[in-house]
Amino acid sequence: MGQVKNFFASRWGMIGVGAFIGVFAALLQKLGNPGNMGICVACFERDMAGAVGLHRAAVVQYMRPEIIGFVLGSLIAAYLFKEFRARAGSAPIVRFILGAFAMIGALVFLGCPWRALLRLAGGDGNALFGIAGLIVGIWIGTLFLKGGYNLGRSEKTHTSVGWLLPLTMLGFLILMLIFPQIKGEPKSGILFYSLKGPGAMHAPLVISLLVGLAVGFVAQRSRFCTMGAFRDLILFRQVHLFQGLLALAVAAFLTNLIVGQFHPGFVKQPVAHTMETWNFLGMVLAGLAFALAGGCPGRQLFLAGEGDGDAAVFVFGMIVGAGFAHNFALASSPKGVGPHGIAATIIGLLVCLFIGFTMRKQ
Amino acid sequence: MSTIVDARGLSCPQPVLMTLDEIKKASQGEIEIRVDTDTSKENVSRAAESKGWAVKDVKEEGEGYRVTVSRD
Repeated sequence: MGQVKNFFASRWGMIGVGAFIGVFAALLQKLGNPGNMGICVACFERDMAGAVGLHRAAVVQYMRPEIIGFVLGSLIAAYLFKEFRARAGSAPIVRFILGAFAMIGALVFLGCPWRALLRLAGGDGNALFGIAGLIVGIWIGTLFLKGGYNLGRSEKTHTSVGWLLPLTMLGFLILMLIFPQIKGEPKSGILFYSLKGPGAMHAPLVISLLVGLAVGFVAQRSRFCTMGAFRDLILFRQVHLFQGLLALAVAAFLTNLIVGQFHPGFVKQPVAHTMETWNFLGMVLAGLAFALAGGCPGRQLFLAGEGDGDAAVFVFGMIVGAGFAHNFALASSPKGVGPHGIAATIIGLLVCLFIGFTMRKQ
Repeated sequence: MSTIVDARGLSCPQPVLMTLDEIKKASQGEIEIRVDTDTSKENVSRAAESKGWAVKDVKEEGEGYRVTVSRD
């Protein structure tokens, strides 16, 4: 083929990337990130929404360097391997709405698919309901895909279009350096910080950023995607991506065992609630939205890093969705679902069904 | 003449779905798939190989690739 084979896209590459993410997620938790939340794309984007004041939930405000690293690491990998391709125009408004409701669903459960695995790897049994919901949501998505659901083609565009989300992330990083956290202060310049709660728990900035960059780099190369893992298994009986997902869970579990972070049970799990039905349905909504948008929230960040402007719109949809989730009391807390979380989940499911039924090619 | 599948600009898993549809229709022969990302190039190659088809050729073309898969 005249090209160096992409090792990361091979079987062992995929397993290696999953294991790498699992180990470093558990270690980030050891270094200060919240419980079973070494990495959580949904929670971290929600914290970023709080840092810039899109919502004012005092306990979840922090500009997470991991997310910034994911996008920039992917950008670097894409340029090094000549894969950066600026493209956009495949139903961006739909991707925005899907991103917003994906976030709302994820915050009813309290985690993205990555965190669902990390919660399980930390012993949180409630994650089982979330993972079951995720699989059901993705399965519904595959029915739409089989029925001809399609958001249309993207078009090649100006290189700078593909740069907008990476530049936004760089801007966020610069803001964080100009307005660093001040001990005991809820605000530094224009950025909000948490004094307690998950938003106050974080690994040192440099470590978070470096791990984020490394994960972004290897995930771009491997095309790691947790939604795709289940989707390909259901749709094509293909285990390629699924091997990475399994490796993540096993590696995080083993690392948790070694560093003493494995605490099996259902009650009093960190940043989690025990309402099975809503753990399940929140992730049905998130899984369906990810499947309709073509990627888990992590994958959307990596795609945005390699120039996909539609994935970037999905990311902004998630960040804005987090604003709604907290401003409208849709997000859950360790006490259970928010006062309007149930209504939002039902509305979200109806919106996704509307999108799935009406946007087909055949 | 090989069948042509134009999957350029389509996001996951459309290129693979379209490729597998063609593979189902034609039990043998040659299918040419046009894609615009490396991910899609790898995915359609992997999917075709899993169905017993061989990746005969991958050519860079414009802003993407032309992947030819075949089965005798």
